[in-house]
Amino acid sequence: MGIEILGLPMMYYIAMVAKVLVAFVFVLLTVAYATYAERKIIGHMQVRLGPMRTGWHGLLQPIADGVKLFFKEEIIPSQASTFAFLVAPLIALVPAFITFAVIPFGGTIEIAGYKIPLQIAAYYDTAAGQVYDVNVGVLYILAMSSLGVYGIVLAGWASNSKYSLMGGLRASAQMISYELSAGLSLVAVFMLSGTLSLSKIVEFQSGLGGFEWYLFKQPLAAFMFFICSLAEINRTPFDLPEAETELVSGFCTEYSSMKYAMFFMAEYANMVTVCALTTTIFLGGWNGPLTSAIPLLGPVYFIAKVYFLMFVCMWIRATLPRYRYDQLMHLGWKVFIPVALVNIVVTGIIGYFI
Amino acid sequence: METLFFLIISLVAIVSAILVVTLKNPINSALSLIMTFFCLATYYVMLDAPFMAAVQVMVYAGAIMVLMVFTIMLLNIRVDASKKHSHKLILGSIIGFFTFLNAFFVIYRSRAALPTGPYSGEMIKSVGHTELVGREIFTNFLLPFEVTSILLLVAIIGAVILAKKKI
Repeated sequence: MGIEILGLPMMYYIAMVAKVLVAFVFVLLTVAYATYAERKIIGHMQVRLGPMRTGWHGLLQPIADGVKLFFKEEIIPSQASTFAFLVAPLIALVPAFITFAVIPFGGTIEIAGYKIPLQIAAYYDTAAGQVYDVNVGVLYILAMSSLGVYGIVLAGWASNSKYSLMGGLRASAQMISYELSAGLSLVAVFMLSGTLSLSKIVEFQSGLGGFEWYLFKQPLAAFMFFICSLAEINRTPFDLPEAETELVSGFCTEYSSMKYAMFFMAEYANMVTVCALTTTIFLGGWNGPLTSAIPLLGPVYFIAKVYFLMFVCMWIRATLPRYRYDQLMHLGWKVFIPVALVNIVVTGIIGYFI
Repeated sequence: METLFFLIISLVAIVSAILVVTLKNPINSALSLIMTFFCLATYYVMLDAPFMAAVQVMVYAGAIMVLMVFTIMLLNIRVDASKKHSHKLILGSIIGFFTFLNAFFVIYRSRAALPTGPYSGEMIKSVGHTELVGREIFTNFLLPFEVTSILLLVAIIGAVILAKKKI
């Protein structure tokens, strides 16, 4: 590995590509099987079996669904504004996937003498002897999730149909309102950590055998952040934008074939992102017992925690009925934002005296 | 390598900025403007200012443009493509030419390399850009910061009073 490109060893580039590929394939597979898991889990919670026919206990169901959607006819409504209609699914899908660039999914491993941090946008500086990652990791994720709103708004507007427009308007109003309280609830955590870099936030939670989680120091913030994120990605009980009893299917009513599948993938990818972010900030990220001895345990703990949170999302979906629109706005603006502000003030006072 | 990257980003920025004023459909113009903001954020990253980049995307592309898109959607401006717009092409190009000349001379006459000050690339990397910005805002620039927040508060109260029919 003596070859160098632009002053950096070849290994850096290989590691970078490998990390991107592994993370991307992992998220894609998780997205595909999250749809299956969701149907299966909700089915069992409602004393049904869920998908059973395709493969053993329906294990091939996501592949069958994908093939079906891929071969369906592509319909573009004649009155739609074509450009916005075509780019909307892409705008929804891309921000959902690129947020994984800053999420650390493991510690630093050593391959052929090079130390490689298990985080896509990070590198190990041999001269300084420490890992550098994106200095504003959390802000990057918040910025990307604020871009996801365009996909839905454009889809709703460009379809030129009443249901789609209503769905798009609802979605954007909801996402903008809950973005605020999600951001504010995170501020309390930053006051404790003193950094926005995700790998440092994970590092600060490594005490007490990997269990010094911010969940225990900031339970209110963790709770609020998770709920606000559910609202921001339009999951039940906040799935008003696609309330099928009122709006057919909301913003994606007019979409068919792969474009519909893209919205579907974006929704589940957002769910994975939110669960990964909550894990990183509140549940100690990849920390756990024995991670310093065996670094490869890090990703295992990380995946286990993310999957647990995704299970909680599905559990909530199977349990709670949908909110009414005015209740949703009331909850966001009059409950979560004041509570988050009070939480910041209380954290500040306690932090000043300790 | 960095120059090549800069050129690609600049090309995208300029093309999307031109599209903002030439496209017929207002929503597509708004999308091009978002693209331009994104390229500006990339410049901030290249200048070792990741905090500025994130804030640029979050505030301009994420918040202000959403409001703009909202307004366009709710006003429902439908432009039929057949209608030809006369934007006074000659007048516009004269003004554009002189603005360009002006900007060119400002850049040409000013010193490209300003005194660097205490902030070098290595220092930003070791301390962190967010930390440096925060320290400056809350120590040396506290008064302007507080004045700006009062201004924003006034704007918020004004918006509430305007929107509410009965107070």
